[in-house]
Amino acid sequence: MKIKTKYLGEIEINEEHIIIFEEGIPGFIDLHKYVILNLGDNTPFVTLQSIENSELAFILLSPFNFYPDYEINLEENIQQELGIKSPEDVMLYSIVVIPEDIKQMRANLKAPVVINIKNKKGKQVIIESEKYPVRYYIYEENASLQNTGEAR
Amino acid sequence: MLGGEIEVTILESQGEQVKIGIKAPRHLKIYRKEVYEQIVKENQEAIESVPSSFEGFKNLLK
Repeated sequence: MKIKTKYLGEIEINEEHIIIFEEGIPGFIDLHKYVILNLGDNTPFVTLQSIENSELAFILLSPFNFYPDYEINLEENIQQELGIKSPEDVMLYSIVVIPEDIKQMRANLKAPVVINIKNKKGKQVIIESEKYPVRYYIYEENASLQNTGEAR
Repeated sequence: MLGGEIEVTILESQGEQVKIGIKAPRHLKIYRKEVYEQIVKENQEAIESVPSSFEGFKNLLK
């Protein structure tokens, strides 16, 4: 099917790739269908594009891109809700906020987007651990990035 | 009791402070409203703040 997207214009997607967020995403609870799209071959960023609203698209990063030791404990009721049977079923993403000053880029580690790639169910899960903040400033926390990745 | 499933009790009351206990079945998730609202706000900012073009940031963090 053809869909309109915020970042990639009109594109063709395979309906089998549509991910269902039964409860929506906090702040956008009326929208349930999304698709994950690559923003290019050579970038870690992907977009979580709403099928129902072409203007609504989150930018996502795998937390392992900037926080290699990231680890969450998915509670049993959430595993059941998403039909997760093994860790291999799961893709994890962090929603990122990219302000004008790109060095202030931050990622939400407290509420990762969890997707069961087998049955295409997704949910933004709020984890209880106090370890991970809602606003994790990627550049401030990673000194090695300070001098790389300048915006063009 | 709320909806026959959720039990709210006053654990302690001292001056202006009240401690409340909530008992609920495991399948019901309880979040502090502030946490949920913080997630909502952050999601809205994620949508609003992202540059209109991804050319500027897609080469970051490669």
